[in-house]
Amino acid sequence: MLRIPSAFAIATLLSVGTAQAEIQTVDLAIKDHRFQPEAVTIPAGEKIKLMVHNQDATPEEFESYELNREKIIPGNSKAVIFVGPLAPGEYPFFGEFNQDTAQGRVIAE
Amino acid sequence: MFSTAIIVFREVLEAALVVAVVLAATQGLTGRNRWILGGIASGVLGSLVVASLTQQISMAFEGVGQELFNAAILLTAVAMLAWHNIWMSRHARQLVAHLRQVGSNVTSGQLPIYFLATAVGLAVLREGSEVVLFTEGLAAGGSDSLPMLWGALIGLGAGLVLGALIYFGLVRIPTGHLFTVTGWLILLLAAGMAASAAGFLAQAGWLPMQHPLWNSSELLSQHSVPGEILHVLVGYQDRPTAIQLSFYLTTLVLIAFGMHLSRQRAPALGR
Repeated sequence: MLRIPSAFAIATLLSVGTAQAEIQTVDLAIKDHRFQPEAVTIPAGEKIKLMVHNQDATPEEFESYELNREKIIPGNSKAVIFVGPLAPGEYPFFGEFNQDTAQGRVIAE
Repeated sequence: MFSTAIIVFREVLEAALVVAVVLAATQGLTGRNRWILGGIASGVLGSLVVASLTQQISMAFEGVGQELFNAAILLTAVAMLAWHNIWMSRHARQLVAHLRQVGSNVTSGQLPIYFLATAVGLAVLREGSEVVLFTEGLAAGGSDSLPMLWGALIGLGAGLVLGALIYFGLVRIPTGHLFTVTGWLILLLAAGMAASAAGFLAQAGWLPMQHPLWNSSELLSQHSVPGEILHVLVGYQDRPTAIQLSFYLTTLVLIAFGMHLSRQRAPALGR
């Protein structure tokens, strides 16, 4: 049943595996239920690695409808989120567990 | 309190809908409550374990462990649902005939219910671990967090009520058609899970990143309550990528084909 998708996944893994080395890392912190910085500028058309460091004691869920991303980041820990390649523009994201304050955006240019 | 309720409601709703469909699909079968409850209980226990291991899971596989874990859970659930449907297409007619003749006397031995129980457990595990993490975070806030914990409880209750409504709606369908309807629902549910799994694999970088094929979030947001219900039941996504759509369609076609083959080998009635 799953043979075709998983074969596809493995083939894709092999093809992207070589490109992984040159990915640029961008740091993003969560502190007092806010993102720091709240605007992250990245080059358009490139895949980048967001290193999100949750400095609060409580967990947060990084979520973005526009970027199609959702990931839980436990308190006092880091998580990796790959973003892009993106067309130029603004892509809002938020912390689902503290949506009132945790708001940010990725700017691709 | 309100925002807390909504967050918990969303997570609970996804699992509650899967449970509702599975309960409807096993309507009238003796022993099914024990199996499904067992699945739910294992899922709840598992979510406590997963929540406590979040950090380790997250940092595994070079930081994409959480995505791979989610994808693996979803794809395993897809396999379980697929297997159930394929088995059912071979035996559904007998089951319905049996149910009509002797009422609820089909034992779980005649319907291998553990596939569905496992699927339920996995759905509860995935959503439950998020709820556990979230409420743990709330509880860490001390006495200020009491209204928020109430909110979590309200969200839990609302999710269960909506799941129950869907279940009672489904079981009003007459026995002869019920298995057909739940068969279709399980097929679409599985296809939707496969598409979500593809999303997590893309997020992990195991599948290529793609721009969405369309954006229908203005028309029906996936994060509204109706959007969320459709997302679980038929796999609706407001911004799907081409890979997600192909996972959806491939799963749909493969399970339907398996059901077709299995139906052809169905034993004749009244043997």
